[in-house]
Amino acid sequence: MAVLEILTIPDARLKQVSEPVEVYDDALRAFIADLEETRRAGPAAVGIAAPQVGHFQRIVIVDCSITRKPVPNHGHLVLVNPEIADWDGFELGREGCLSVPDYTGTVIRAERIKLHARDLWGNRLELAMEGFEARALQHEVDHLDGTLFIDRVVSRRTDLFRRKVYQPEGGPQESPRRT
Amino acid sequence: MNDWKMLTLVGEDRPGIVARVTDALYRQGWTLGEASMMRLGTNFTIMMMISGEGDPQPLLASIAEEMGLRIHLDPITGGLHHHLVPNIRVRVAGADRAGIVAQVTGALARAGFNILELDSDVAGSTERPVYIMNVEGYAQATVEDLEAAVSGLKEQGVDVGICAIETLIG
Repeated sequence: MAVLEILTIPDARLKQVSEPVEVYDDALRAFIADLEETRRAGPAAVGIAAPQVGHFQRIVIVDCSITRKPVPNHGHLVLVNPEIADWDGFELGREGCLSVPDYTGTVIRAERIKLHARDLWGNRLELAMEGFEARALQHEVDHLDGTLFIDRVVSRRTDLFRRKVYQPEGGPQESPRRT
Repeated sequence: MNDWKMLTLVGEDRPGIVARVTDALYRQGWTLGEASMMRLGTNFTIMMMISGEGDPQPLLASIAEEMGLRIHLDPITGGLHHHLVPNIRVRVAGADRAGIVAQVTGALARAGFNILELDSDVAGSTERPVYIMNVEGYAQATVEDLEAAVSGLKEQGVDVGICAIETLIG
């Protein structure tokens, strides 16, 4: 196992679209072990995507069991060829990235998603996620398509905030769609 | 020690101010650090960290004259790469009246809350103005502690929502 080098902006390779995994072999699993070790070596990252270490295959790791305040989560997930099949709701949240040091920004993501993927051995997985975990997954899948969160950052004056404020008991989970 | 200065410009808003100012600074060898521009009312406002050699005042004075701006330039001690990541968001809304900001931020300050970003607006209409404020900041105190700190304001018609910000690193 090894900690791999993380690509950081403005490295153009972060814009590259990754290819689907077709062979589920020991080499794949060895790479994923290194990817996980790399995620754990950095600052409290809840996810990492293969292209962040210059490996352009559609592989992500997400683990939202480590948040300060517990959130709904599926624990440690290795997802190969993840595809988001359904999106619902919108939510603002603050994001940072191992590939974008010393910067955080506000990003709009879907609140709830459904996805399918493969595990380390090529078995099909189907998952439904919400909130923070859904956000993490969307952040990582973006990497597979060469998109960074800084490509999606919105103004802190974004309308979504104000609309939410108007909701009588509107907490952060309130969807703005009915306004 | 660093050579950053804080440049503040205020004036009637019009297109092209940022371009004109930054182009002039660039041509004289000045570099920009962090900056925040906001249109407040019909006014252009910007604060920007600038760094360079010499005195930019003569250059800035001529641009200010041309663009109808007022300038303020201060030496500062802070440099780049000192971001604090907020862990608490506070949203305030209420019928507009004097003292809302002072009451809310006073209660938060006493609970140890450090404001990192604040923006506020008056929405509604001239007849029924509504004050809306969004604050992000850092506190060691819990959300529940901060909610307790502002609990008295609800009776006064001010709706204060406090939630944790969990910054996602991925």
